[in-house]
Amino acid sequence: MKKELITGGEALLRSLINEQVDTIFGYPGGSIIPVFDALYDHQKDFHQVLVRHEQAAVHAAQGYARSSGKVGVCLVTSGPGATNTLTGISDAMLDSTPVVVIAGQVSSAVLGTDAFQEIDLVGVTQPISKWSYQIRSAEDVAWAVSRAFYIASTGRPGPVVLDFTKNAQVSQVLYEPMKVDSVRSYVPYPKPNMDCIKEAADLINRAKRPFAVVGQGVELGEAHKELIAFLEKGGIPAARTLLGLSSLPSEHPLCMGMLGMHGNLGPNVNTNECDVLIAIGMRFSDRVTGKLETYAKQAKIIHLDIDNVEIDKSVPVDIPVLGDCKETLPLITELLNENCHKEWIATFGDLDKIENEKVIEKAVNPTDGPILMGEVARKVSEATGNNAILVTDVGQNQMFAARYFKYKLPHSIITSGGLGTMGFGLPAAMGATMGAPHRTVCYFAGDGGFQMNIQELGTIMEQKCPVKMIVMDNSYLGMVRQWQQLFYDNRCSWTPMCNPDFCKIAEAYGIPSRFVTDRSELDAAIKEMVETPGAFLLSVVVRAEDNVMPMMPLGASVCEMILE
Amino acid sequence: MLMEKKLYTVIVYSENIAGMLNQVTAEFTRRQMNIETLNVSSSNVEGVHRYTISLWTTEWLIQRVTKRLEKKIDVLRAYYFTDNEIFMQEVALYKLSTPRLLENKQVSKIIRHNNARVIEINSAYTVVEKTGKTDAVLSLYKEFAAEQCVLQFVKSGRVAIVRDANVNLSENLFDEDVVRSKVRR
Repeated sequence: MKKELITGGEALLRSLINEQVDTIFGYPGGSIIPVFDALYDHQKDFHQVLVRHEQAAVHAAQGYARSSGKVGVCLVTSGPGATNTLTGISDAMLDSTPVVVIAGQVSSAVLGTDAFQEIDLVGVTQPISKWSYQIRSAEDVAWAVSRAFYIASTGRPGPVVLDFTKNAQVSQVLYEPMKVDSVRSYVPYPKPNMDCIKEAADLINRAKRPFAVVGQGVELGEAHKELIAFLEKGGIPAARTLLGLSSLPSEHPLCMGMLGMHGNLGPNVNTNECDVLIAIGMRFSDRVTGKLETYAKQAKIIHLDIDNVEIDKSVPVDIPVLGDCKETLPLITELLNENCHKEWIATFGDLDKIENEKVIEKAVNPTDGPILMGEVARKVSEATGNNAILVTDVGQNQMFAARYFKYKLPHSIITSGGLGTMGFGLPAAMGATMGAPHRTVCYFAGDGGFQMNIQELGTIMEQKCPVKMIVMDNSYLGMVRQWQQLFYDNRCSWTPMCNPDFCKIAEAYGIPSRFVTDRSELDAAIKEMVETPGAFLLSVVVRAEDNVMPMMPLGASVCEMILE
Repeated sequence: MLMEKKLYTVIVYSENIAGMLNQVTAEFTRRQMNIETLNVSSSNVEGVHRYTISLWTTEWLIQRVTKRLEKKIDVLRAYYFTDNEIFMQEVALYKLSTPRLLENKQVSKIIRHNNARVIEINSAYTVVEKTGKTDAVLSLYKEFAAEQCVLQFVKSGRVAIVRDANVNLSENLFDEDVVRSKVRR
């Protein structure tokens, strides 16, 4: 291929094209103008999304990445542009989301002089990213971009930061495309250890009460079919973590629900009843395990994970199965005896009955009183044929939506799990409509989180993103209020919130909306939302002091869930 | 056992690039683990740097930190050892007053008894070098100090080599098939 003399900024864009990038979420500024200038000539090559705040650029890229399986890309300026991305980078790190954040930087010659809008971005992002690198010359661009995409998307995915100095953007380079497909110090896909595979299969074959706990690793590894084959052959009941909810369809007979602090009773209680616990692509988050000292102590534990750091990190493992679960699951399945564990599975049903009666029925089918978040979530899910992508904000809205939504298709939940970032949902939903343009995207938020990135209504308007926004307004920061009620003597410090008319805000952006306070209007409003093409805001006044139940209080064991 | 505090030596091999030291030490900073000694220099493999870090901690923590170090993109290997698994040495330099050394014969005796080496003598000062374990180099300092002849003292962090006859830490640095961590089978 003939080499061509171009600027570093142009080289960046050609490198992005080389990585099949089709969408960029960005915001221009002084130190990145040369790249935006080059973008002017590439309007056909990229869907250029001007967000309204750089934090939203990263969350949108996360939503795009998680709905499409591709790498999300952000382009921002130095200094405040770069620091505004830090929350999103941290979020992507904790939730293993492949994004590449490209930030402008002052020229190499003035680095370290406190130049205008200079911050040490590599220094700041090293601990919160998978890889962070400063591009100081145009010659470096092709290699750095390709390496960034390779690192972000392989193994356990994560965010990569490229800090692009201005001199490197403007200087000329004889550009040649490059493809990095290995890094000698990085082993993204560890080779499965066959001894461990055999030991794991043997243990599962001998188990009387095996139980699989499944996380986002299955989604990231596209191992949905492999998971189902494994569960069905071994007759193994399974539950999913928050991030892994769509790794196994809700209606699958072996799906026992959701794990965690606000998960279902059956899987949480039975974690401490099983004899073999098989963790698949999940990291034993403290929100899943509760009190570690009492977590699954009776069980032998098998842990399938791609990341060696997760093995033994918080829960001691009997048999580690390091590797990509798309590869390791079939290897174990092959060695499994066909089994069914009927009686064991029935115990989940018994616990389901209790939860149904004490919690679920009341949450999704109330007959009087104010509207409840649970019923909104279930109705919206059903109105979309349970085919929609659920994007949530953080807090009660997240837990109610996650619990009462139903998941039929892979990649159907996008939520901030590890970092718990309020304000994540709206931009992430916006990104998801671009990552999965043929799917319905339903965004659930509370009145608090909606207002944390509400400026993105501007981007939604401009880009015509068909986000179905469901704002469940209880005029409280509900999850904190719940804790204050339960553990702080009901002292609701700083949690009541006075809110604007959200529909009027939507109207200002030309987004159709509906305001609902009465249960009798809810079905029609949801129908209108689903049937209206494009974006829609459903502003629902919900019960002010509702609590998410069941709940595993902080410091309690998985089997000590409170129901009321 | 896992929770008993001991002096551990962590050995890390990484690419020789800017910012690596920061990445390595950040894993300790994150847990407020205080590094006792740190030695960083090029290794026997071209382009690869070797870090030798010693610190007091528990096996439970050092296992986890070592794995996290090894996970860094540009880190090739990370290992941890207790003192009985390694040979380790530190280098100390003692700048002594030459007039004090000449008038006090005890100082020369101390140098000989401790197998220390004189590497520079001039009319103002004498530089003595001693290689040994931490206790040995520090006790030599105390002996000199008692004779009031020390003008300056410095000691390095430790360097360490594994006792096991069959282990060469820098072997197979780029071999994917080698299990990447000694922490796990």
